[in-house]
Amino acid sequence: MFGEDGLLNELLVERFNYCVYVVLLLIGLYAMIAKNNLIKKLIGMSIFQTAIILFYVSIGVKEGGTIPIYVAEHDPHGHHAEHAAHREEANATEATEENATTAAVSNEEDHGHHAPRSLTDEETFGYANPLPHVLMLTAIVVGVATLGVALALTQRIYRAFGTIEEDDVLAAIRAEDASTVIPDLLSTKPKRVKATQRKAKKA
Amino acid sequence: MKKVALAVTLFIGALLLYAAKDFSAWGDLQSPASASPVSKHFIADTGVDTEVPNMVTAVLADYRGFDTMFETVVIFIAGIAIIAILRCTGADADSPALERESDVATEPDLIVTNTVRLLIPVIQLFAFYVLAHGHVSPGGGFQGGVIMGASFILVALAWDLPKAMERLSVDRAVMLAGVGILIYAGIGLLSMLLGGEFLDYAELSHVLPVSPEMARYHAMLGVEIGVAFTVTAVMFAIYANLSTRGRLAGGL
Repeated sequence: MFGEDGLLNELLVERFNYCVYVVLLLIGLYAMIAKNNLIKKLIGMSIFQTAIILFYVSIGVKEGGTIPIYVAEHDPHGHHAEHAAHREEANATEATEENATTAAVSNEEDHGHHAPRSLTDEETFGYANPLPHVLMLTAIVVGVATLGVALALTQRIYRAFGTIEEDDVLAAIRAEDASTVIPDLLSTKPKRVKATQRKAKKA
Repeated sequence: MKKVALAVTLFIGALLLYAAKDFSAWGDLQSPASASPVSKHFIADTGVDTEVPNMVTAVLADYRGFDTMFETVVIFIAGIAIIAILRCTGADADSPALERESDVATEPDLIVTNTVRLLIPVIQLFAFYVLAHGHVSPGGGFQGGVIMGASFILVALAWDLPKAMERLSVDRAVMLAGVGILIYAGIGLLSMLLGGEFLDYAELSHVLPVSPEMARYHAMLGVEIGVAFTVTAVMFAIYANLSTRGRLAGGL
């Protein structure tokens, strides 16, 4: 079981990151199901979201890859600035033989790159996958927005029932349901009574 | 209930761990996500299609611009929903459920307010930097907007909410959020009027004195500014409403 090809070796050594997300996800899921307090449920939801965000970001990782921003020599449009800098360098310093040749070589390279070209497959492996980053960037922001709405609803529930314990809220709703009599839809009398009651309350 | 929850959670956990075995290992170059032609195209051709070196910004604001626009709309709607849910009207406003034990009038602390006074310009400058430099370094409209919103929240924390509302009232914040979306959609519509498709920024090179690639760069900056407006305003509106239970008065 713990050998080279064992299941535990495969899970805990090669895919340890997935184990971490599963644990985080389970903590969040358990809190959402088992906790009675609505705020604690929301905390669970946030932990759940975090697990998924981490999972997506880790999918974009590449061994030996850097962040998805072009380094100078891969930036097809970035060579203008570099070119100018090289020239200035060459002009400013008393160009030794060596300097001159390197400047010439780099100039040549720049000319070679002049038409923007797309990166080869080999070069794309040098950058982390940008797509999961983009998806999670928006997911984080939308997560904050939805969490805000959820907190607002919780405050509203507290205002209406005086509690944010799910059991108590449900009990209060059931009691209310039991005490209300469903009005006869054909007669208009109950409505009028309600309207007059409201007027009396306002007055 | 708790035992049932635990059983369900552990069952799902076992399923997920069993599935994790089939996922690619950490940093695998040949994992399906990394080897897909879409991801390869974004990495290989972002520099050819646009002048933006940061691929994340290019994908966010250009290739997936439509998605990001409605993402911004979602934030706007969330802000409005929170205001609508917590709005107090008439008899509601003086109900005892809104009274709080911590409602005591205190002077803002001298040390805190003076530290915040020093910090806020730096935070706001940094927000602008993150926003404007999002094309060549990590950053962009969402991040810059959140930092900007945080600076207003800091004012509300150090003094009280009315002090922050002098600078950005909730009504004005909602308007600002709308303006942000209008900027975004406006740039999209402008490129449509110039003969392209909605959010096809390359068409803007007809009105800007730059190449189509550079036009996409500038349009992305404009779009990010729109996003930053919305995010700043909505972050502050959410805080102002949640921290005072919709009364928009009093301290924290």
